[in-house]
Amino acid sequence: MSGDHSALELVLTADPALIAIVRLSLIVSLSAVFFAALVGVPFGALIALTRFPGREGVIVVLNALMGLPPVVVGLAIYLMLSRSGPLGEFGLLFKPQAMVIAQTVLIAPIIAALTRQTIEDLWIEYRDELAAMNVGPAGRVATLVWDARFSLVTALLAGFGRAAAEVGAVIIVGGNIEGFTRTMTTAIALETSKGDLPLAIGLGFVLMTIVVVINALAWVARRGAERYAG
Amino acid sequence: MRAPLSNLPVQFDEVGIVAGGVTILDSVSLTFTPGAPTVLIGPNGSGKTTLLRAAMGLIKPTHGRVTWAGSDLMPPLRRAIVFQRPTMLRRSAAANLHYALANAGLGRAQRSARAAELLGLVGVSELGERPARKLSGGEQQRLALARALARDPEILFLDEPTASLDPAATKAIEDVIRAVVARGIKVVMSTHDLGEAKRLADEIVLMHRGRIVESGPVAAFFSEPRTPEAKQFIAGELLV
Repeated sequence: MSGDHSALELVLTADPALIAIVRLSLIVSLSAVFFAALVGVPFGALIALTRFPGREGVIVVLNALMGLPPVVVGLAIYLMLSRSGPLGEFGLLFKPQAMVIAQTVLIAPIIAALTRQTIEDLWIEYRDELAAMNVGPAGRVATLVWDARFSLVTALLAGFGRAAAEVGAVIIVGGNIEGFTRTMTTAIALETSKGDLPLAIGLGFVLMTIVVVINALAWVARRGAERYAG
Repeated sequence: MRAPLSNLPVQFDEVGIVAGGVTILDSVSLTFTPGAPTVLIGPNGSGKTTLLRAAMGLIKPTHGRVTWAGSDLMPPLRRAIVFQRPTMLRRSAAANLHYALANAGLGRAQRSARAAELLGLVGVSELGERPARKLSGGEQQRLALARALARDPEILFLDEPTASLDPAATKAIEDVIRAVVARGIKVVMSTHDLGEAKRLADEIVLMHRGRIVESGPVAAFFSEPRTPEAKQFIAGELLV
């Protein structure tokens, strides 16, 4: 990556280095959304539908974890995956897998907390009707998740937005290795200080575009929800 | 597919319901048997809604017992309720009926025909594909009736089904209720519209402060009320 290309040129000519960085960023963050949803949606639904001692505390902690600092998550995962850490034997540190793990940990609470709120609100509305229709526990969960699907998409997009924009966690566990673990945010953070401004600015453009597209999708999901929700 | 077990009679045996230290129902004993409609009347807060919910099995009595055909563990397979403010699922009107039919155990192949039949019965055939929550109050109330009937109930509880509806919508609902009664389904409904009670009831139950004050055949209740509360209520005086 040399300094004699403008940022716009890099984006418009689909510079291979830039494309590779964008591609890796999307793969890492989308994988994190997938795994975080796999854990977060059922967990959120479970908390929404059950009553147990200490439930309020779990909800408070879950909501607090939405604001988990990425660098703290990065540090925790780093310690787990480092050679001397409990999961060190798998040798995942400074690999894309480590970045997926860190972002999954970062956004699973966001998806779980938003799912919990969405499902619980709907459950309060639906509970009498579902009880009167003799709908069992599994049927309730299926009904609530299905009827809340547009709101849940919004929760997933919130998670993706957070993952795609964070730099603290991926830079610690990924290391910003060129062509291997360099993502949009780590590249912007580190290339700026090294003076490769065109790449940083080009990636900034791409990242902003992605953020706008995510918000557009969230808006479409809300519109879809309104069509049926009334 | 259908539960062969009958839910009737529904019997309240000295039922008391206390919530948050407040007595909502107080030693209520009564029986709903197959036959013509029973109408619960009484002021707001007299316990009508709670009685209907307990009869549906949605609230456990604090004292006494509610039994369906002698059992207090009867699942709500052949009884149904329309709440005062029904909640429509975030789906089309027809999909709301499909959902109820599926939960009532009707096979997939028969659901479309049955849903269309039910929409016709309540007079909203043309609204099947509309999102249920976008329907008007009267239309939602009719759809809620259709959804309750999808369970093929022997007994149907209606909580103020015409409250906050205009006269035309009220008449439409009352016509559906008559059609339901004509099919041999026992209707138990609450209202605070005495005209409606006279039009639809066979038996009247007057409630006040969680107790049954007076009950009996509709004609006798209105012509020769026995209790001061009934006389006051019929005269349109405020029963507080």
